Amino acid sequence: MATQTLRPAAAGEPGDAPAGDHLTRSDRIELLRAMLLMRGIEQRAMTLYRQGRVPGSFYDGYGQEAISAGAAFAMAPQDRLCVLHRDLAAHLVRGVAPARILAQYMGRATGVTGGRDGNVHFGDRALGCVGMVSMLPDMMLVATGMAMAFKLRGERRVALTFFGDGATSRGDFHEALNWAAVQRLPVIFVLENNQYAYSTPLDKQFAVPPIERASAYGVAGETVDGNDVEAVFEVVRAARERALAGGGPTLIEAVTMRMHGHAAHDDMRYVPREQLAAWARRDPIDRQARRLAALPDPVDVEALRAAVQAEIDAATEEALAAPMPDPATATDGVFCEGEPEPLGDGRAPWSGFARTEA
Amino acid sequence: MTAQTATRPSPAAAGTRRLTYLQAISEGLRDEMRADERVFVMGEDIGVFGGAFKVTDGFLEEFGPERVIDTPLAESAIIGTAVGAAVVGMRPVCEMQFADFISCGFDQLVNVAGKMHYRQGLAVPITVRLPSGGGFSGGPFHSQNPEAWFMHAPGLKVVAPSTPADAKGLLIAAIRDPNPVVFLEHKHLYRRIKGEVPAGPYATELTARVARPGRDLVVIAYGAMVHVALEATAPEALDGAQVEVLDLRTLVPLDEAAILDAVRRCSKVVIVDEANATCAAGAQVAALIAQRGFEHLDGPVVRVATPDVPIPFSPPLEQAVLPSVERVREACRELLAY
Repeated sequence: MATQTLRPAAAGEPGDAPAGDHLTRSDRIELLRAMLLMRGIEQRAMTLYRQGRVPGSFYDGYGQEAISAGAAFAMAPQDRLCVLHRDLAAHLVRGVAPARILAQYMGRATGVTGGRDGNVHFGDRALGCVGMVSMLPDMMLVATGMAMAFKLRGERRVALTFFGDGATSRGDFHEALNWAAVQRLPVIFVLENNQYAYSTPLDKQFAVPPIERASAYGVAGETVDGNDVEAVFEVVRAARERALAGGGPTLIEAVTMRMHGHAAHDDMRYVPREQLAAWARRDPIDRQARRLAALPDPVDVEALRAAVQAEIDAATEEALAAPMPDPATATDGVFCEGEPEPLGDGRAPWSGFARTEA
Repeated sequence: MTAQTATRPSPAAAGTRRLTYLQAISEGLRDEMRADERVFVMGEDIGVFGGAFKVTDGFLEEFGPERVIDTPLAESAIIGTAVGAAVVGMRPVCEMQFADFISCGFDQLVNVAGKMHYRQGLAVPITVRLPSGGGFSGGPFHSQNPEAWFMHAPGLKVVAPSTPADAKGLLIAAIRDPNPVVFLEHKHLYRRIKGEVPAGPYATELTARVARPGRDLVVIAYGAMVHVALEATAPEALDGAQVEVLDLRTLVPLDEAAILDAVRRCSKVVIVDEANATCAAGAQVAALIAQRGFEHLDGPVVRVATPDVPIPFSPPLEQAVLPSVERVREACRELLAY
């Protein structure tokens, strides 16, 4: 199977051209909005962390917003996602309210896990998302299993999972790609290559570019500029079409840069300053904002920023007013009693789904 | 919870047949697959070959390759994909070819499956069948009893039947349970133990069972050790002492009421594990009795288990470490004389 390797350099510097004709004007605004919301919520959460209101540590996806926003935007309501810790925009696209996310970070009762787990370790089951575990490639197998069930039942649905460059070194990465290829499953693997796994750079992680493994496993492989939200959307949309047509899994390598430390405590002295400066010029939000401002009918990006900020301010107030969980409930819910509630359908704002259904 | 007595199923009851432990597991699985189309099985060599022990022999022909999946040799993937299928509404039953190989799927079971409901309210109804136990020169990698690993991990149920009727009923109960269930089926019982098994699907409650009532001492065991305990404590072997045998059947949940009832009845307790001794299921039972049954004891709580060594291959070495009828009988004899 062909493996395309569209390195970021080939994708344009900084590549302001629109990607394909699948996105309407309002879709493109929605993509920017999701990224702005992710960045704004995470910046607010970092402030709350420094104020001592977020326990533990805090992990963000600054600079990587295009990947989770673009990928989730290509997912239909009945599709299912495994979302990782640099992918907040996927939750926002699927419909998780910002106040619940901020409450989640602060360990409040109204957070998505009600204080059971922290950070971005959550998935709103009502919206078709499975929350991550810290052993990152584990979710590749969960997504593969969801796709296996879809195929077994003859359903037109796909599963998608995110993971990082470090995850490619673990056995579950291999087991998932191999299994999905053998059974030709409708699953999309989105590798967020953000150059570092904690402090470990790529050259200590693998000797072969990970996208080259796609052909070795017999799956389609695509490398995409992970800082171009429309390009990410397009490659995931195509992968979904391929999966629905029986073409099996796709490995997508979205090349990006982790612009912050591994977590709040990490000053990432190990990252060369010039590397950060180069990637800062490729900021995914700036790029999409420039695109929309340059349209014949320009988008008022500043008004959009202000609206997003107002939404975050209101969500912050709501989350801060929320109660902490009752300690008496700490041992509840280890086991499911009664009939299980399976995953529900998520929000799917892409206009393409409405057009298809119409 | 209270222990059921050993009255069911009675050999004379209509609709029962005499089956081996292995046949009973196979029948339970088949009955539940016929009754519930969400149930499917997957594992290594379980389809065309019918499984290393032939539990799924004939399944491929009856249910087809979509529901009887020969998987790659990848235990983590077997468990992980089962989790994925379960959260979208399926009821996967995974076979580990040998219980020992679950170490390769440990992370998916303990971290993904076990913690899912507590963290996200998302149920993971999977059953993981573990052909476990030693006694036939399987060596260090085909003889283990890993149940305690999973007792220690929140969110997993752990069951370990000793009879054919319970093997079928507990397997069906495991499949119907909305939680991940680790199902330990003892390889040494597969073809050696026969019993009356009711026809048709039925679920056995996750409680302990009095395998033989008594009053002078109780031996608490599960799995293959129930049969060792019964043989070791036959009245003629112990000068007519009336020794009770309590078959735990389920380790999580642990039937604490049944254990404490037995202690009240008998006052002397021997606990037998085939697993390595340290932190074994029996250690938890001993701790429970020390905390909540102390007043009723008339002697020290005695444990018989495999010492903390890998299970050796050569018959004299293996026999030297696994709890035997003689070791259990000797432990009972000493405690009865206390």
